[in-house]
Amino acid sequence: MNRRDWLRAMVATGVLVLLAPLRALAAGWNKPAFEAHNVGDALKGLGISRVGPSRDIVLIAPDMAENGAIVQVEVESRIPGTESISILVEKNPTPLVANYLFSGGAEPYVITRIKMAESSELKIIVKAGDQFFSVAKQVEVALGGCG
Amino acid sequence: MADLIKMRARLKDGVTEIRVLMSHPMETGRRKTDMGEIVPAHFIQWITATLNGHVVLEAQWGTGVSKNPYLTFRIRGASIGDKVAISWHDNRGESNSGETAVEAA
Repeated sequence: MNRRDWLRAMVATGVLVLLAPLRALAAGWNKPAFEAHNVGDALKGLGISRVGPSRDIVLIAPDMAENGAIVQVEVESRIPGTESISILVEKNPTPLVANYLFSGGAEPYVITRIKMAESSELKIIVKAGDQFFSVAKQVEVALGGCG
Repeated sequence: MADLIKMRARLKDGVTEIRVLMSHPMETGRRKTDMGEIVPAHFIQWITATLNGHVVLEAQWGTGVSKNPYLTFRIRGASIGDKVAISWHDNRGESNSGETAVEAA
């Protein structure tokens, strides 16, 4: 191995070492956001600051849920350039329920079944570019579903 | 363990709707047994969906997703016979995956 090859190898290794933790970070579960005990801290964990209301987010959830263990939530964003949809339940012990990232032809649409500990506001946050939009709905829960 | 993920992908008017049902306890870590013992947290933390091997949806979940999670999502541009795959990873390091072919609605 001559000097030039050696240098190349060193540079290649260095790049790999630098990339590895970045990739691990990107693949990591967002613990600060998901373990936050209030909506504000959860949003901070997601890197969300200014959120504006939007009429272009369709949220379908029951007005009244018999069983808080299974509440079906349907979300469709009509905001151009939607990248992600986050679902939060304000009064759950940990409000952030799910965060969906869309790419490669996925429509900004999702149906998920979630747990609600008690009657609460259900909050949806949509990320489009560097902007955040939200819509909320109050859901009354007859029997709490967070064991 | 083949039945941990049930899924179906149906194409209609250019949009493929994928419905997925996963078998998982989704324990929050707050539930107590009749004996008063806390059941340790055991829940899916992330989901990846691919169309012919390319990522189309990535999700991170907390403990607030219901037991035996159900998920519907939609993709544009898929054709009959294309492969849609789903995989999940939970907080205990367990994982599973499933695959289906896009069919006509």
